[in-house]
Amino acid sequence: MELFGDPGTWLPLTFAALMGLSILIYVVLDGFDLGVGVLFPFAEEAEKDRMIASIGPFWDANETWLVLAIGILLVAFPTAHGAILTALYLPVAVMLIGLILRGVAFEFRVKAPAPWKDSWNRAFFAGSLMTSLSQGYMLGLYIMGLQVTWFTLGFAAITAVFLTVAYSFIGATWLILKTDKALQRKAVGWAKGGIWGVVLGLGAVSVASPFVSPRIFDKWFSVPEIFLLAPLPLISAALVALLAYALRHLPTKDDGWAWFPFVATITLFVLGFFGMAYSFYPYVVPEQLTIYEAASAPESLFIILIGTLFVLPMIMGYTVLSYVIFRGKATLLSYE
Amino acid sequence: MDTLLLSRIQFGANISFHILFPTITIALGWVLLFFKLRWQATGAAKWMDAYRFWVKVFALSFAMGVVSGITMSFQFGTNWPGFMESVGNIAGPLLAYEVMTAFFLEAVFLGIMLFGMSRVPSWLHTLSTFLVAFGTTMSAFWILVLNSWMHTPAGFEMRDGVAFATDWWAIIFNPSMPYRLVHMLLASGLTVAFLIAGLSAFRLLIGDRSDAVRATLRTGLVMGALLIPVQIVAGDFHGLNTLEHQPQKVAAMEGNWETRGNVPLLLFALPDEEARENRFEIGIPNGASLILKHKADGVVPGLNDFVAEDGSVTHPPVAPVFFSFRIMVGTGMAMLLLSWAAVALMWRRGGVQHLPKPLLLALVPMAFSGWVATLAGWYTTEIGRQPWLVQGVLTTEQAVAAVPAPMVLTTLIAYLAIYALLLFAYVSVLFYLARKAARGEDIAPRTALSGQAPVAVAAE
Repeated sequence: MELFGDPGTWLPLTFAALMGLSILIYVVLDGFDLGVGVLFPFAEEAEKDRMIASIGPFWDANETWLVLAIGILLVAFPTAHGAILTALYLPVAVMLIGLILRGVAFEFRVKAPAPWKDSWNRAFFAGSLMTSLSQGYMLGLYIMGLQVTWFTLGFAAITAVFLTVAYSFIGATWLILKTDKALQRKAVGWAKGGIWGVVLGLGAVSVASPFVSPRIFDKWFSVPEIFLLAPLPLISAALVALLAYALRHLPTKDDGWAWFPFVATITLFVLGFFGMAYSFYPYVVPEQLTIYEAASAPESLFIILIGTLFVLPMIMGYTVLSYVIFRGKATLLSYE
Repeated sequence: MDTLLLSRIQFGANISFHILFPTITIALGWVLLFFKLRWQATGAAKWMDAYRFWVKVFALSFAMGVVSGITMSFQFGTNWPGFMESVGNIAGPLLAYEVMTAFFLEAVFLGIMLFGMSRVPSWLHTLSTFLVAFGTTMSAFWILVLNSWMHTPAGFEMRDGVAFATDWWAIIFNPSMPYRLVHMLLASGLTVAFLIAGLSAFRLLIGDRSDAVRATLRTGLVMGALLIPVQIVAGDFHGLNTLEHQPQKVAAMEGNWETRGNVPLLLFALPDEEARENRFEIGIPNGASLILKHKADGVVPGLNDFVAEDGSVTHPPVAPVFFSFRIMVGTGMAMLLLSWAAVALMWRRGGVQHLPKPLLLALVPMAFSGWVATLAGWYTTEIGRQPWLVQGVLTTEQAVAAVPAPMVLTTLIAYLAIYALLLFAYVSVLFYLARKAARGEDIAPRTALSGQAPVAVAAE
């Protein structure tokens, strides 16, 4: 205990890190499968089945990271949990209805009588779109400190669109990795279109955050922080350039480098995430409540931490196992 | 209507919808494991056919449970922030352990169980089936720990209106937990038993004479016949436990107004809370005293003990608890009669295919008897807890969010519409799958799968 000093300090920080990790994993993993859902209407009938096949074994576990993230918020920062979720009452409801529609559509579209399939395909798209838009909207409102004015609502509307574009972009890069032939070429096309949305989105958030919050402005633009932070935008810019270059040359003949756009996009998401986490620390409700003020009793946090240290590696382990089992092109998934 | 009432209706609707599906998946996971193991032991194709049919029902039910469960976990924050602010130190870790030990296990291995049969060795597929079943049961364990703690809180102390854990062992093994957990797991077993029996009877009735349908009908009937007496005993123990810790709930269940001996067991009555008496009572003399106190003149607590001097009431609304309890018990009695009659006839006549047609017809609507009993039991225990959210610690009113009523009403209407739609689709698809299987379209030869989208076909 002495090693870490006051548990009232390091426990909230540990849990903020755990929550951040869950959100990051969620955004990457459910991001790509939500993105595949957003791209659904642009595909032919047979391609839709293959798109579903590429995410079928994963989506449920991907979504669980959201439950873990919200669970940690609830467990570790109960007052923030209530404050954030009641402030976001309507977008949360839209997201939940989206998640409901989309989650059951996976099952119903193949099990329901054939004439219903089209409707469930539409429900799958609508659910994915509702979920992505509402998450982007919530992100925007959160950046704006959960304040409701015409300006913040407008900003949230913009982030809603951009996050949806970002999800569909990572979804397209996932399809480049998991599919081949015509569908893969199509996915490259989708990614080419989406990358500009990603650039605009990252740019909009990066410009707006310091403008709205003098605190973030100081955190970014004082010495030496500005030099320590500089690698984030620089690496991001380099990645975007590489992505744009790679997309022009994909798909290759031997399907080499098909993994690159997906991996590069994950890296981009991670960089953006760290920028944001750095900017908001130590707040859990921006400008209102710090993680230290909102934290639960240390004894409760300690109980969870012990379990987490055992269980989280196991979760990571069998998650990796499932990605290994279902590796390769989605079309290769068959009963031999 | 005010925010409190609307929020209660919304959460009630949500949890009513949600509970239907875990009730199926908890026990169906183990039944699937049973089918898979039987197949491995005997090599008989009927067990694999049974597995393939019921794994579809499992996948569909699981998805329905997941999406409505996520909704619930968010509604703690959107509609009941006071709950976490007050007892978050206890509820939080329990929910966190559910997510970490159960959710991920189920979700990851479900993928392998549904789509991995050809990708992994058979033992790993069987292990995945086991882990999914184990995960759903762990999930039920943690949720029932939390729910039981809300009924019979223990192992904590209050400081400035916030609960702090003092003894985790006492929190987890709180006084009503073992009873509630056993009662719920058995309810799940019965729900699945009658669902399997009902859908199999339906297939038999429309002319499906396959080995698989006979095997599943027999499995469902025997399972139901074995579990129902155990459930009646477990329910009785649970009732006695409730009498000890929440006498006002038992008083409402019995429709008993005055604390007294020789209390009759009411078969029917119209409880009138205004007049504080029952109308049109039909009862068995001394019945309630005998059941609850094992003595004809045993003193049973009455509702009037829970009215303060100033007229404020701390017992639950009587009529809903009284009636839902009777619906639960009545459904259980129907389960007992039907499953025992069916098993007896099955043995005498040498097989399920010789069961009389009226009995098979009666089994079809009983496919959802488990849902009726579970919901009725759920209402009995949860409405019976009112006005408390956490017995003696936090009232429902104290926990509700200050969200404007029209906002709650809007989302309530949206949820109700979507739940109605999904419920209709779910039940239709169950019968559609049964008809399709009965026509023999279920078992596609493996070679026919090449060239199609394999996961979609495998998931079908």
